[in-house]
Amino acid sequence: MLCEDCQEREAELQLTAIIDGEMRTLDLCSVCASARGLSASSSTPAPLADFLAQLGSESGATGEGSEEPCPYCGITESEFRRTGRLGCPQCYAHFEPQLRSLLRRLHGSPQHVGKIYMSAGSEAGDRIARLSAMRRRLQRAVDTEDFELAAELRDRIHEMETAE
Amino acid sequence: MIRTGEALGDRGLGWAEARGGSGDIVVSSRVRLARNLQGYPFPGRSTVEDRARVLETVRTALGEVPEVPDIDFWRMEDLDRRQRDLLLERHVVSRELVGEGEPPAHAALALWVDDTIGVMVNEEDHLRLQALTGGFELEETWRKVDRLDERLGELIAYAFHHEYGFLTACPTNVGTGLRASVLVHLPGLVLTKEIRKVLEGIGQVGLTYRGLYGEGSEVVGNLFQVSNQTTLGKEEEELVGHLTRVVSKVVDYERSARGRMLREAPGVLEDKVWRAYGILRHARNLGAEEMMNLLSALRLGISLKLLQTPRVQTLNEILVFGQTAHLEEAAGGTLGEVEADAARAAYVRARLQSDES
Repeated sequence: MLCEDCQEREAELQLTAIIDGEMRTLDLCSVCASARGLSASSSTPAPLADFLAQLGSESGATGEGSEEPCPYCGITESEFRRTGRLGCPQCYAHFEPQLRSLLRRLHGSPQHVGKIYMSAGSEAGDRIARLSAMRRRLQRAVDTEDFELAAELRDRIHEMETAE
Repeated sequence: MIRTGEALGDRGLGWAEARGGSGDIVVSSRVRLARNLQGYPFPGRSTVEDRARVLETVRTALGEVPEVPDIDFWRMEDLDRRQRDLLLERHVVSRELVGEGEPPAHAALALWVDDTIGVMVNEEDHLRLQALTGGFELEETWRKVDRLDERLGELIAYAFHHEYGFLTACPTNVGTGLRASVLVHLPGLVLTKEIRKVLEGIGQVGLTYRGLYGEGSEVVGNLFQVSNQTTLGKEEEELVGHLTRVVSKVVDYERSARGRMLREAPGVLEDKVWRAYGILRHARNLGAEEMMNLLSALRLGISLKLLQTPRVQTLNEILVFGQTAHLEEAAGGTLGEVEADAARAAYVRARLQSDES
């Protein structure tokens, strides 16, 4: 079926909308769908994989020596580029050089500034980092007058401080 | 207490009440956190044994979390197709968790009996913690899931990196692992053709939108799911706060579009709403999509006080209980398309009638 907007390309997705006061279903190609402000994500099941493939073809040289699979889970960079998914937590260290620029492009920053996690066996340094992150959150909660969260954070900080 | 094998069909819908502000425009607020366990490959690359171990670890930990009410626990493999569809229609599991044909090994859902929190296990990540509230209540929803995350993190060792934060299978979720989303009903912006501008604006401020059933789903019934696109480089409260501010603006635009329509073409609007009511109240056959679109007109009519009934809660419930798997569950058997449309029409008629009295 041809796209109802351009009458040129094959229709790839259906859009249901109210058009001129009427509920209608339109068969559209992805170009005309996005022109109507709708993403054609249903026809692109793995958008990140596409993005990664594009990245690879732009820079060309990202492949140097990186076909070395992750020693922990065995995933290769080309597999990651194809699926858009990493194999295990250790992949972040193994593919670090490639990932760092990818993360910057995806998120605008490669540095986590949110909650700091500390598992039971963590080092003292982690504890200090976590405490300072929690104090930062507390300050923000007070600034935004979110007193319920503030009270909870104060209790958690107190709990951590007395556990030391 | 963790319960297994409880039937889902006869439960209510915890979030449908829409207690939050702007409940006439914002249907629900949701915050999910992606987490993985240290020492295991991500589910997509795990062996069946690893997936079983992850599931057992999570299940044990959930049983030990203090302040948790009763939890229902289902392994997707133990459910039949209709039961899995019920969970999908309730938005408590993703397509990925239930799988295309057979469900993936040891994929599971833990659901709080009041429906407010769900934990998906062995989805794209080991854990997807999510909290769901009716209406516009993002901050409270975030706090709820944050509290569970803190407690669970003390019992399970999460995969965390000092620089990249919480590690996830897909780099689009890394860092906070947080995706906050709001389901908004925007018929005013669609009818006044301003929706495109608004959606473009949403894209420019780092947010994205989808249809009712998440990634890749079509926009039906003027329901848009708006969420943050990035998860790294910002604090959780910042992500939640930003979405809250942008959605508040969108709600304002929607209200002013509705106000304009009401001033400029009150007759047309009133006719549209009452026609929709007439069809839903009397039709003998009703397709799922047709129902969704007509419900949109009703929701608009209620919000503008053109209609006195039904209640918003009823509309929210019809949105879920009027879907095919729920109709089949109520009928106690499989329904063909024609039968499902008839059952849907009968269900909707009954719900609207009972709100009238």
